[in-house]
Amino acid sequence: MGNELLEKYVLFRHRDVENIHQIDVYRANDGYKALEKALKEMQPDDVTNVVKASGLRGRGGAGFPAGVKWSFIPKNISPKYIVVNADESEPGTFKDREIMTFNPHQMIEGIILTAFAVGAAAAYVYGRGEFRTLFLGRLQAAVDEAYEKGYLGKNILGTNFSCDLYLHLGAGAYICGEETALLNSLEGLMGQPRSRPPFPAVEGLYAKPTVINNVETLTNVPPIVLNGSDWYRQYGTEKSPGTKIFSLSGRVNKPGNYELPLGVPIRYLIEECGGGIIDGKEVKGILPAGASSAIIGPDKLDTTMDYEAMAAAGTMLGSASFIILDETVDAVWAAEKNVKFFKHESCGKCSPCREGTFWLTGVYRKLREGRGSKEDVQLLETIIGQMEGNCFCLLGEFAVPGVRTSLNLFRSEYEALAVAEKETASQKSPVHTLF
Amino acid sequence: MGWTQAEQQELDAILKKYPADRKLSAVLPALYLAQREKNWLDDDDIEAVAAALDIPVTHVHSIIGFYTLFRKEPTGKYMVQVCTDLPCALRGAEGFYKRFCERMGLGPHGGTTEDGLFTVEEVVCLAACDKAPMCQINLEFFESLTDDKIDEIIASLREQALKG
Repeated sequence: MGNELLEKYVLFRHRDVENIHQIDVYRANDGYKALEKALKEMQPDDVTNVVKASGLRGRGGAGFPAGVKWSFIPKNISPKYIVVNADESEPGTFKDREIMTFNPHQMIEGIILTAFAVGAAAAYVYGRGEFRTLFLGRLQAAVDEAYEKGYLGKNILGTNFSCDLYLHLGAGAYICGEETALLNSLEGLMGQPRSRPPFPAVEGLYAKPTVINNVETLTNVPPIVLNGSDWYRQYGTEKSPGTKIFSLSGRVNKPGNYELPLGVPIRYLIEECGGGIIDGKEVKGILPAGASSAIIGPDKLDTTMDYEAMAAAGTMLGSASFIILDETVDAVWAAEKNVKFFKHESCGKCSPCREGTFWLTGVYRKLREGRGSKEDVQLLETIIGQMEGNCFCLLGEFAVPGVRTSLNLFRSEYEALAVAEKETASQKSPVHTLF
Repeated sequence: MGWTQAEQQELDAILKKYPADRKLSAVLPALYLAQREKNWLDDDDIEAVAAALDIPVTHVHSIIGFYTLFRKEPTGKYMVQVCTDLPCALRGAEGFYKRFCERMGLGPHGGTTEDGLFTVEEVVCLAACDKAPMCQINLEFFESLTDDKIDEIIASLREQALKG
């Protein structure tokens, strides 16, 4: 049951209870008790307040307090919507898929509780198109079960509260994980971000008040409502309470998802959970929040994995998707891989992202093909300088930290590749030298 | 194409998920439905989607162009999509992909096999980084692959296809 640091799992309950994806098994293990408690004993605001008091922060990456987000929803406008971000697409992230496959009812119960808290009558789960089999199969089956048992639909558990839940699939676009791009996609448009304000809490889906939360965030809600905020706060740190799923990938012996209390050192994740580095090699770099991470070096292995400590270490916890590079990895190759990803996924709306990622990939290719000079290494810095703070949405900005920290930490590898002479004036057209 | 009766029923069920004045929201599910039979979309399919949702054909084209899972060219019966993004590549996915393409008789950038059964391509992250090398075949996950394992999967699909 549980693991060394957790007597019982809070989110990954399927690892403690077999077949918890079936509604009868879920119900036999406290499933939908939080919903019964809320509908029978609590007012909607009580639900928001207990989530606020728990200190639960958004698990999709931004870490914004969930209860506070819900409290921004205006009471006097209807309809209101809940939208669940299940567009898990960043290299290094694979936690929501495990929750939805093996413990779907806990997410569904969290969605219904959130709808009750803010007064929403409809909820959409937006999943990436590649989750098609899961959405049409296991997840739709769980939604159908919840309808059959009266947890969804009209007059839930005999109360005045009604709520419908719909599954919606995207079709292959990382940008749709950005919440306003997701809303556009759900409305049938190209998935490009909207300007803010207005924020989705005021004008979201169909220009109505909308709560958008990540799958993992909502999966935390039932145990918080059932057991209270003090119970939740026994896990984690003062400012980063609760447990979190850490997705470990890259050069470790046992990659996978590990649920741990927030505030555990990175070293524990890599060595105790991940069984150390393949072939006993040394850690070279850590990307704690997927491809968009600022990379940190092995000197940061004792940093604790909570929002504050990771920020103090010069990076971020984000969605806690730890990609581990070991000493055998070519740092420039790794940075180029991620830059190519961001170029491929740029939605094209703003030029700093669209052009910036285009030029970054060109310069990386030139360097790695042995055609680059020291000026090209400098050019990488110039490009990210022009992107930073200028992209329309955060996903454009995401290309920057990886390149900047790669240049800082592994400068000598870049310079070793910068073999070419500085170009003469006649060769200087960047178009010719790059491509 | 025009919708078959069964497809029309599915389409009606899809439209019920969205407010009555928000049919446009159904564009992605309608495109999936139109693409299901032959794995790609021709002009008739695209027009059928536009007509079903009362939207211009050009809008449907913009959606198809924006998202990666819709195709306007014929492809193999099975789309084999291998992830070679950083976490997968750190566990050998690039070599795995290259060798796989060679054994399929394709160049390093994939393509469609001569018998028209398989279209192989390299894709970005599929949310299975801990189980690399991995791929999706017609959007089903195949994880923790080896050369032998993927060959077996391909062989059994080929057998299935030949049986009809």
